[in-house]
Amino acid sequence: MAWTREQMAERAAKELEDGFYVNLGIGIPTLVSNYVPSDYDITLQSENGMMGMGPFPTEENIDADLINAGKQTITELPRSSYFSSSASFAMIRGGHIDLSVLGAMEVAQNGDLANWMIPGKLVKGMGGAMDLVSGVKRIVVVMDHTNKKGETKVLKECTLPLTGKGVVDLIITDLGVMEVREDALALIELAPEVSVEEVQAKTEADLVIDLQD
Amino acid sequence: MKKVYTSATDALEGLVFDGMTIAVGGFGLCGIPENLILALRETGVKDITVVSNNCGVDDFGMGLLLQTRQIKKMVSSYVGENAEFMRQYLSGELELEFNPQGTLAERLRAGGAGIPGFYTKTGVGTIIAEGKEHKEFDGETYILERGIKTDLAIVKAWKGDEKGNLTYRKTAMNFNPECATAGKVTLAEVEEIVPVGSLDKMAIHTPEVYVQRIIQGDHEKRIEQRTVRAS
Repeated sequence: MAWTREQMAERAAKELEDGFYVNLGIGIPTLVSNYVPSDYDITLQSENGMMGMGPFPTEENIDADLINAGKQTITELPRSSYFSSSASFAMIRGGHIDLSVLGAMEVAQNGDLANWMIPGKLVKGMGGAMDLVSGVKRIVVVMDHTNKKGETKVLKECTLPLTGKGVVDLIITDLGVMEVREDALALIELAPEVSVEEVQAKTEADLVIDLQD
Repeated sequence: MKKVYTSATDALEGLVFDGMTIAVGGFGLCGIPENLILALRETGVKDITVVSNNCGVDDFGMGLLLQTRQIKKMVSSYVGENAEFMRQYLSGELELEFNPQGTLAERLRAGGAGIPGFYTKTGVGTIIAEGKEHKEFDGETYILERGIKTDLAIVKAWKGDEKGNLTYRKTAMNFNPECATAGKVTLAEVEEIVPVGSLDKMAIHTPEVYVQRIIQGDHEKRIEQRTVRAS
């Protein structure tokens, strides 16, 4: 059975290490915060200018001046700090953030990522995604293996405008986990009851099978 | 010199002209200069280039100046919350220059700091890098991005004093300090103007030298994505 959104987020949380400073993208990546091991000290950065994001507020403590990068209302923690946008991206660009989990429209076997634009159709902008992929130490992509039409999103080469070139380290889809290696992607994990053949059939990229126990 | 003005309209007096560039603080609808945006709309100034991370929503924030076709060009990182923006852009009425968010923030910071350009890895290998100078440092490729200075900056702070010292509140700070430095003239609107000396001197984010005019205003502070957990 393919992984659900929650299970993909749960798998992505396994990439966290104690003490990490982490930036989570919008959508499934946001769910990763629900699966942080309780004995880990993980600090979430929000690129609109906050370190140490707290959970969503209750109705009573909503604060319009306190939002995350997805423009959702959030809360602060005792350790939280606020800073301006240039200071926020100095952290990101300067390599001070350990891990970022992002969504994707397409990923290629060389680690190219496309997640910001469909020419002529979807023109929303890259937000902070280009800065994150070029500055953060490790980039994990979480996405469905295929799009709504059933076409693979795991390609030899991206067809959409890139967010970053050779930036992705690990890809977690509903079917399994793939590592970006020198010449190909390595399938290192399968979702329960998903076969290697199914992943191969739904993948255009060159795929090496290297399942880990 | 008197910096305190009684209204946003007064504060804009003599500063606007067609074809000007304006930096606008805020992230989404958080920390936007609501009153100055409304007053800017009232001036009827046209063909403006706006440097702002986002462009509000259809009926609030900078979206209001899209309705009146006062904006010629936007320099932004994300405009996904605004249907009118998309319509004007796809029909060719509106020019758009996408900047990665961190690059946009740094361009404003650099412009305000007298730095005409800087090299960054952000955007290398993407369409953002097309036509820009590429240079290698220590085996890595970077692109040259230019600093931005604007004719005017409008920003929103939490409190400001009569001299224009500003302090921001939580994530409503965002692009406001950078915009304040990038404007040849900077107008600040605050929730409360306080007497000189009453702000904590160690918590002033924007020192008065960057602010030429200041007003106090009421703020709706509309929330884009009201998100709560069960209490």
